Amino acid sequence: MTPITTEDKVKPTAKNSLPKPKLMDMLYQMMLIRRFEERTMQAYQQAKIGGFCHIYIGQEATAVGAVAALHDEDPIITAYRDHGHALARGMHPNYCMAEMYGKVTGCAKGKGGSMHMFDKPHHMYGGHAIVGGQCPLGVGLAFAIQYEKKNNVAVCFFGDGAINQGAFHEAMNLAAIWNLPILFVVENNGYSMGTAIHRGTAAADNLGAKAAAYGMRYAECDGMDVLDTYKVFKREADLARGSTSDQLGLEQKGGGPCFINAKTYRYQGHSMSDPQKYRSKDEVNDKKDKDCINTLVGYLVENKLATQDEIDALDKKAKDASRDAVTYAEESPDLPLSEMFTDIYAQPYGPPFVKGGLPKMLTDNNSGE
Amino acid sequence: MQTIQYREALREAMQEEMRRDERVFLMGEEVAQYNGAYKVSQGMLDEFGPRRIVDSPISETGFSGLGIGAAMYGLRPIIEFMSWSFCLVAADQIINNAPKMLYMSGGQFGCPAVFRGNNGAGGQLGSTHSWCVESMFSSVPGLKVAIPSTPRDAKGLLKTAIRDEDPVFNLESERMLGLGARGDKDFSRYIKDTWAPPTAREVEDFTIPFGVADIKKPGKDVTIVAAGRPVHFALDAAEELEKEGIDCEVIDPRTYRPLDIDTIVKSVKKTNYCVVVDQSWPFASVGAEIAAQVYEHAMDYLDNKVIRVNNDDVPAPYNRTLEQEMLPNTRKIIEAVRAVTYNA
Repeated sequence: MTPITTEDKVKPTAKNSLPKPKLMDMLYQMMLIRRFEERTMQAYQQAKIGGFCHIYIGQEATAVGAVAALHDEDPIITAYRDHGHALARGMHPNYCMAEMYGKVTGCAKGKGGSMHMFDKPHHMYGGHAIVGGQCPLGVGLAFAIQYEKKNNVAVCFFGDGAINQGAFHEAMNLAAIWNLPILFVVENNGYSMGTAIHRGTAAADNLGAKAAAYGMRYAECDGMDVLDTYKVFKREADLARGSTSDQLGLEQKGGGPCFINAKTYRYQGHSMSDPQKYRSKDEVNDKKDKDCINTLVGYLVENKLATQDEIDALDKKAKDASRDAVTYAEESPDLPLSEMFTDIYAQPYGPPFVKGGLPKMLTDNNSGE
Repeated sequence: MQTIQYREALREAMQEEMRRDERVFLMGEEVAQYNGAYKVSQGMLDEFGPRRIVDSPISETGFSGLGIGAAMYGLRPIIEFMSWSFCLVAADQIINNAPKMLYMSGGQFGCPAVFRGNNGAGGQLGSTHSWCVESMFSSVPGLKVAIPSTPRDAKGLLKTAIRDEDPVFNLESERMLGLGARGDKDFSRYIKDTWAPPTAREVEDFTIPFGVADIKKPGKDVTIVAAGRPVHFALDAAEELEKEGIDCEVIDPRTYRPLDIDTIVKSVKKTNYCVVVDQSWPFASVGAEIAAQVYEHAMDYLDNKVIRVNNDDVPAPYNRTLEQEMLPNTRKIIEAVRAVTYNA
């Protein structure tokens, strides 16, 4: 278990004027993800979770800071390291854990698993498991926002491995020519699986060049500092929000898309089966010195915004919620075999055979909170 | 009755649905200012404007994925591939994301998008531009695959596709876009068989349901199953064979997925002979699937084996003579019918 302490007094880089409840909420979200992922690893090691499983520990500030800067109805979409995004977006940890257990109470009834977390009520458009494949989908969300003249912004997360995929570049180009309201966010943890970014990505030290190639805004944030992440996302989301294009027959307005480089680090391996021969323990320990949770805790205590007791209580709440999620997942019924053949078609056999209505489990899940 | 071309029927379907539903938009290469690479979308930019008729750059992965994301959000995209041959660079989007989204999300996010464009050999375009994708894609659960062979079917099926809640691949053909034009070689048959869609006065809102086969020519001696452009090869063959006293029934499934096997089986039980034509390669093809299902459902009614007529098992050649010979053409169908009915 990674300790959550006040020992590290690293100051956040951003001067902030956020109210205490917001700060405490962001701290709780990060603690929840940390404790939830610790439970996830245990369950995986006990073979209660199958398939591929990618742990978000270390990167919590990126999802939490980004989502905290958004409106509730701003759609987000991400890659397969997606538990943190789902929780930050508001998915109940029970549904997230049950999904990994393959239980019918999971967010996708156990049909998606760790890499495919979807939550329509919370505008979470999925974890997507083919690297870069979600980038064009994110552009589609932004296109739809513009088409429907809504005042929202889409946020498309991906890892640094995705920026070498064609889908990423096509998506960037489309977003730029149509001035779409979207933030492309590379969660730059330095490794695409076991390949260091310099080995796989041209101009790895100058990712702004990727944005410049499409005439797009570029921003960097310290993805291990939730306040800096929040500040950058707030600024860029407000600039992009509601952008429209005269190419699509609308009045040209808004700042359009932005490419954000969130510099972060994952403490665990790429997936649960990664022996991590490609990096040193010293490197990992150096990064842990800048742990996102410790940083915010240090800031709160130093500035007398919170007491250690309050912080301990928050951590206990996160631990309890994570433990409860495991209990919920373990006690939930397995996915019945009959579910094999549902959700393949919304209109199973074409118009003459339409049964209509949403699947029962979906309505159950939606009202479950 | 109106006589309209296949391309005009596709256009009417899109126009009517776009007038009916503000969520529908058309995106693809050259669909707007160029008026369509094959003039399918001619005039639509003028009517609907650049918000809804959108020229995309040559980025099939990008704009087909855009369509899927927009569909997840609640829009009704029509994504045009200039040719289905070009969809291959977008394979991850159209066969990973589109058909599996509903399942992976436990029923939360569907993909009500239409992907459409020319399928199969055009005219001497060589092997990269002559793909027939029906066999590859009809095997994917979550997709629906329509393959209209007449202007009537083109309009009725595309309107249904646009309204459908699931991703639909509409496989058209460059060689059929002019079908129904005066001077077209099939024009006389077009008039005779009323392959035109009904006018708005005749039928207020004309659609054709998926999974319902059409008997393109009734007959009693042998069942020929064909969809898309090969329907016309089969009808030509049937005309020739009539002179030999063989009365062919030509069944057009119109959608490969869902497949109306019942109508095919009913016909085979009547004729006791079956030839399956399809324009993709023979190995693991939709024709092989139909033949297998005919055996499963009508084994005891068959008086001979089922014979399949496919595209030859070769990359499409550029040479004109070879290209014509490669197709599941009229001559091959005639020979197959003669061979299968020799013991009649």
